[in-house]
Order: sequence, then C-alpha cells, then structure tokens
Amino acid sequence: MSDNKWNITLKIHRQKEDQPPYFQEFHLEVDPDEYVLDAVERVWAFMDRTLCFRHACHHSTCGACGMRVNNVEKLTCITPIRAVTQDGGVIKVEPLRNFPVVSDLVVDMSNLYARMEMVGAKAVLPVTQAEIERPPATWPADAEQYLRLTDCIECGLCISACPSAATSPSYLGPAVLAAAQTVGLTAETLPIIDSEDGLWRCHSAFECTAVCPSAVDPARRIMNLRQQVVRQRLSSLLKKS
Amino acid sequence: MGKPHAIIIGAGFTGVATAHDLALRGFDVTVVERGDFCNGTSGRTHGLLHCGGRYAVKDRESAIECIEENMILRKIVPQVIEPNGGLFIALNESDLAYRQAFLEGCEACHIPIEELSPQEALRLEPNINPKLLTAFLVPDGTFDPLRLALAFAATAKKNGAQFFTYTEVNRLILDGKGTVTGVTVTDRRANRTYEIRGDIVVNATGVWAGEIAKMAGAKVPVKPTPGVMVAYDQRLVQRAINRLNEPGDGDIVLPQRRMVVVGTTSFEVEDPDYIPVLEDHVALMLERGAELIPGIRQARVRGKYMASRPLIAAGSGRSAARTFKCFDHKETDNVEGLVTITGGKATTLRAMAEKTADIVCQKLGIQAPCLTREIPLLSYRQYFALS
Repeated sequence: MSDNKWNITLKIHRQKEDQPPYFQEFHLEVDPDEYVLDAVERVWAFMDRTLCFRHACHHSTCGACGMRVNNVEKLTCITPIRAVTQDGGVIKVEPLRNFPVVSDLVVDMSNLYARMEMVGAKAVLPVTQAEIERPPATWPADAEQYLRLTDCIECGLCISACPSAATSPSYLGPAVLAAAQTVGLTAETLPIIDSEDGLWRCHSAFECTAVCPSAVDPARRIMNLRQQVVRQRLSSLLKKS
Repeated sequence: MGKPHAIIIGAGFTGVATAHDLALRGFDVTVVERGDFCNGTSGRTHGLLHCGGRYAVKDRESAIECIEENMILRKIVPQVIEPNGGLFIALNESDLAYRQAFLEGCEACHIPIEELSPQEALRLEPNINPKLLTAFLVPDGTFDPLRLALAFAATAKKNGAQFFTYTEVNRLILDGKGTVTGVTVTDRRANRTYEIRGDIVVNATGVWAGEIAKMAGAKVPVKPTPGVMVAYDQRLVQRAINRLNEPGDGDIVLPQRRMVVVGTTSFEVEDPDYIPVLEDHVALMLERGAELIPGIRQARVRGKYMASRPLIAAGSGRSAARTFKCFDHKETDNVEGLVTITGGKATTLRAMAEKTADIVCQKLGIQAPCLTREIPLLSYRQYFALS
C-alpha cells in the first residue's frame, strides 16, 4: 500500500427520470489502492447526496456494482483506482449498456435475473463441479457433499459488453447462455436456447469472457452449447434416415 | 376495516425479513430504502452463518439465537448458503486453555460439536495451519448477503409487500399528539417528494436507527462499530475456520465462491455514512488470517471493505453482547406509532423480524402467529421476475 495520495476527477454519468443525461465532474483526493466504488461512495457521502448507484457486498460476491469505467465494464468494488487512471487523471463512470437506466449509474437488470431463472440457473453447486483453474489433483473423498455458491454473480458486465446484445433487447445474452450450459440443456430449455434470440445471435466477439470478473468464460460455454445442439440435431437426423 | 398498513424504513436484513413476516400476518407492507437492497451494513457482512460457538462462552443469549436461526435458515433458504460447517482450531496454549469453557458453553447452548484430532482436521481441511493442537467441527455456514435479502424480499413481494428503493425518508410525520402517522420521502431517481401514511412505522435502519428515531424526538442507543474484512482470490478451505479463543481480530476465515474472506476488527465511529478501510487493519487481517491458513500469504487481495455493526448493548466493542433489541418508542420515549429494531447480526435476521412483528401486532391489537419458521423462501431472482 502506498502513502501517497492522488488527485483525480470522477466524471460521472447523471440522469434523472426523463431528463437528458449529462456528465458531472467531481474532484477528489484518493489513495490509488482504493477501489473505484470507494470513490463513488465518497462522492455520495460528502459531495452529492442525489447520486444513485448500486452496491452491496464490496468484495465481488453480489454483482451489484457493475459499471462502465473509462469505457470498459468493471466490477467497481474490486477495480483499484491505480488500474484505471493516474495521478491527475480522469475516471469516466457510466451505467452498464444494454439495460434501461433507472437513475445515474443504476440500471434495471430484472430481465437478466428473470432469464437466469427461466433456464434454471443454479445458485449453489457441489464444489467438485466448480471449474477452477487449478483444481486439486484429487478432491477429498467427501468433497461431493460440499456446496459452493456458483461463479456467475449476475453482474451484467457481459451483457453490457456484448455487441450482439446491443442489436436486440430480446437476446438472452452471455450470462444466461453460460448458465444454460452449466446446468445442461433440458427439453424445456432447448427451444429457448436453440433459437434466433438464443445461441445463434452470438457473433463470437468474446467480449463477455474478456470482461467477466468471475471467470465464468461465457464465450467458451456458448461455443460448447452450439456443439451440443448441432450434435443433437445431427443424431436426430440420422435416426430419422 | 382494511388491512393494517406498516411502513418499514430500510431494506437491509431486518427490513426485508420484517416485510416478509408482516406480509404473512396479513399486513399491507411498504418498504422504503434510500439506496438499493443491502447497501449499508447488511451487504458488507462477513457472510458467516454462525453456529453460535463464537458467543457460547460469554454471550449465551446470542449463541442460542444463532444456532436456532442457523438451522431455520438452512431449511428455508438453502439457495444462498454454502452449508459446509466450520472448524474452531487451537494453535497455542492460550487457545487450549479456552477449550473447556468452549465445550461447556456449546453444551449449554445446544450447539452440536465434535472434537477432532489435528490429523482428522487436516484431512478435512489440508490448508489449515498444520501446527494445530486440537479442533472442533461445528455447523457453521457461509451465505451470500445480497441474495439472502432478496430471497426474503421476493417472498414478501409475492405476498403483496411493496418495495421502494432509492427512496429516502426526510422526516417522520407526527400528528401533534405524539403519534407517528407516516413518513415524508424523496424518490431519489426523480427528485420527487411525497408522503406515505401508515398505522405503524418500523425503523429497521441498523446503525442509522438513532438518526431516524431522532426525527420523532426518540432515542436509540446504537453504537456503529465497524470492522474490516479482506477477500483473497483462492478458495483455500471449504469450511469456516475460527480461532478457538475469545472473539478477537481477524479470527474467522470464510470460504465464499472462489475466495476466502478474513475478518474482522472492531472500533467505534460517530458517522457510519462513510468509513474508510484502514490499512493497518488490512495488514492485521493478513497477519491473523495466515495464522489460521498459512496459504493466504500466497493469495492475492481481491477486495478490502468495511462494515459497521449496530451494537446496542452496554459495554463496547468485543465486550458488548451481539443480541438484538426491538424498541417500542411509546414505552421508551412516549412516541406512539414507531418501533425500532436494531442490534443483532445477519444470522438472526428472521428472529429479529419475528420479535418486531410480535410487538407491532401487540400494539395494533392484532392476533396473528408468526409463520416464517417453516415457509421456504422463493428464489431470490423472483424479486425481479415477479411483476
């Protein structure tokens, strides 16, 4: 941790109800090792009580504080100021794209939650099913019984970053397709996934995987789902002939 | 006569749980919250579903509340819980000297524990300090704070409760005869101010409870007592790891998703609106956390944060009891129509709501039993999926 302080400018997207949006600048002294969310919260606490932003856990487990920071989707509670600007620099903070703006930095992610529910996304999984980068060589014999909160924290960063999501509000989006891949396709979810606004709207831009703060890797999962669906179609064709 | 109308201020743990309880007892419920769900203490809680062992020696009332509520939450809201249990481990002679009191306390509070040899404990959790002297297996868990609150809110919403987030209370409306009859709020999304009238106002604002009560000339003796937590980027254990000793700094390490979270410290502040994360406390978390799990030194810091406990009991810091209290301001300040629920801890949110709803019903002369012990909560996503 550093003893030096930086003077930075937060350039924050402001928007109330039907009024046109604008940017407002706030100048503040920060420790560069603080997180972007800490700076935003201080603007609310000490400079402008009308600022609306969403946040809860402050350590990347809840997914509430996703924003666009200097044009890139970030979970602001774990994004150090040092990583996005320098002393004397500017941090532009905007709400996520491809969701309706509720106010200032807050977006309405109801659709995302509802769609996650629709594909049967699990909130907890056995730890052995968690796909971690360096899994232990052998899990303890009783590991099956341990549960873990899933990786996807429903933060919406992937949907904001996705160029295909920008083309159609009814596109299910990367998080939802990734969840469908994780739980597996069912007779109920297959027609929703294998559709124009499902699997086939993805243009393989891989932006979702680039911005995901939780190592879900939605792009790989979407590609895998496509393989599964194509394989199913082929095998049913072969059965018919 | 129509349904009684309860206005709840705050959509943290106590607010959403009280909304759920009162909706089941037949109330019209309106919840107002100045930010979004859990933006204060609740969201930033450590996330330990306490078994009560931490309090079993010196604060048995809290310990009993914890083990009872732990078992209920596992049943009604398994969707947000990593139910993997916990260990209390002894690393030195001072810890061992605490062993007997811990055993007796857990027995008195009916907390099911099992003593393990160091070898057995290491087989369960290979990453804990191999120099441990003894260990107890306990029914701890970990929960996701925001999703815990949303599950209560979803179920309350299904039962008719209405939630208004980004809606800040400016003042309490008094009728001139010492009765609170509603609230004046500002919708911060639109800078629009309006009144809401109700039969009872529930102040569920945690560390901010004193500020709301003051609007009616009432007092709540709540002391904001923050502590720091540090999240590291490796899931080194599957269970909550506690130090077998009196509650102290940095003596709990929790697994959560791919992380472990070390907590916490304890000091008092006047204004809980913004509390900086103190670097010396962060350094202490590494020091103390690494005593329990040495591998933390090789992990990277993922997040550092601070949450402010609402302590209400006499005493300060660690010596204050962690139980909760519901104040009927008619009795404490001769103000009718206002009750405050504060103190307590995340694990006891349902019990806090039950107690509050009991007092609300008693004040309004309503006979309705509490139903929240048995009813499973809806998926947290239903809060958004329900129109």
